Amino acid sequence: MGVGITVEHLNAFYGKTQALFDVNITVLANHATALIGPSGCGKSTFIRCLNRMHETIPEARVEGKVLIGDLSVYNGTSATQLRRRVGMVFQKPNPFPTMSIYDNVAAGLKLNGFRNRKQLDDVVHKSLHASALWDEVKDHLHKKSGASLSGGQQQRLCIARALAVQPEVLLMDEPCSALDPISTGKIEELIFQLKEQYTIVIVTHNMQQAARVAEFTGFFLLGKMIEYDKTEKIFTNPSDKRTEDYVTGRFG
Amino acid sequence: MAFSVPLISLRRRVMDHAMTGASVLTVLLVLLPLFAIFAYLVYMGIGSINLAFLTQTPKPVGEPGGGMANAIVGSMVILAIASLLGVPLGIGAGIFLSEYGRNRYGDIVRFVSDVLNGVPSIVIGIVAYGLVVMRQKHFSALAGGVALAIMMIPTIARTTEQMLLLVPQAIREAAYGLGVSRWRTTLSITLRTATSGVITGVMLAFARVAGETAPLLFTAFGNQFWNWKMDQPTAALSLQIFTYAISPYDEWHRQAWAGALVLIILIVSAVAAVRIAVKHGTLSGA
Repeated sequence: MGVGITVEHLNAFYGKTQALFDVNITVLANHATALIGPSGCGKSTFIRCLNRMHETIPEARVEGKVLIGDLSVYNGTSATQLRRRVGMVFQKPNPFPTMSIYDNVAAGLKLNGFRNRKQLDDVVHKSLHASALWDEVKDHLHKKSGASLSGGQQQRLCIARALAVQPEVLLMDEPCSALDPISTGKIEELIFQLKEQYTIVIVTHNMQQAARVAEFTGFFLLGKMIEYDKTEKIFTNPSDKRTEDYVTGRFG
Repeated sequence: MAFSVPLISLRRRVMDHAMTGASVLTVLLVLLPLFAIFAYLVYMGIGSINLAFLTQTPKPVGEPGGGMANAIVGSMVILAIASLLGVPLGIGAGIFLSEYGRNRYGDIVRFVSDVLNGVPSIVIGIVAYGLVVMRQKHFSALAGGVALAIMMIPTIARTTEQMLLLVPQAIREAAYGLGVSRWRTTLSITLRTATSGVITGVMLAFARVAGETAPLLFTAFGNQFWNWKMDQPTAALSLQIFTYAISPYDEWHRQAWAGALVLIILIVSAVAAVRIAVKHGTLSGA
């Protein structure tokens, strides 16, 4: 089951440059929350703070409080432990190129020392079903490399890979921006089903996509969270002038 | 309305052909010496390769026959020791340079490694002499292996570094995102993704040291008889070729040619075997 996320007074930096300013947000469990805003507004930086991926960049640092369920992210929790509970799907599909489709999905478990063949088979099967890829790859699970699939298939493979470690939260950083409309449609459908089991935070450049998949939407501008509300409200009756300008296409 | 396709100007077509021709020519120029050397080796050496050459030890001067069996085995032993020491150290250094060495310490290691690469091989032989031979009080295959390993390390380290840097950051992030630790990611994801490039570097280093003579002169030293102990003077093909080639006897000259041919065949087959093994383990579409 998914868990909620609470963020309080989050500031993020790249060296001396501040990328996020005092972000506060509460994400509901088992819902999809979209983050929108123009390029460079900090939405990717924000979700990379939720699984401590931000700090893998040299000289990057974070201040503030993040709670995933009741787990305090920046308070003595190990990054690797945390990331097993908070899965991530990236902008560009990034399957492991030297691994088979099966090994790609099983990677998270195998590399963490999980060896039970039967249970691995089971998890791979379930994860590929959940990401709606099973039927397309079931005949060459072991023979083909993850990199041999099409872009849309690769992205669903990456989703399956993230699901296989059974996270509670799934972070998606513009998961459809490299995909065609048909693949995008498939992934959006998937997000709909996945939120029954996971809490989903999705960064997107595509406002229609936010409107289609998310119950809640946050609008970022210049490193600040301008407005966070029900998606309907953000798109039809935003409280902030800047949000209105953005969603009506007047800038950004 | 139909558009007419504009003709590509004559100058551009001529230039295109000229450039293609020039690149084919340079390829031929590069391959020519290789084939010439190999053909000449076969011509001079094939006549002296027979069962005795491959199974017997050298005969004393004046006695016909004999072979280089002990030198063939000795070369293999020395190269195995060199690879066992040099490959892990070289790859380890390459990992440090690419994953942890984007700073001053890395720059120092890179500089030292490039200098080491330029040290004359006979000097490296002297280093191994001081490190191993002086302490053991006698020449040995181990000392020869250490000398060759020192020569392999900088080549392997720098190629490994370059190959690991080619692995996109996104692949590392994918592993971190699954809760895989950094060292696990480096070994099981980054290094694995770069495998074929790293192996190319290892093969280059291996092929380079396989024919080295100077570093073995006062380390492995050579031996006219069978020796199965790693801490005893050991024959090597390159040493045997050197000894025979500077001798005044025609029979030994012929054997030196045969030895050179065997050495080059051994190197080529080792490289080919590794290539085939790697290709066999690669998935379709990878």
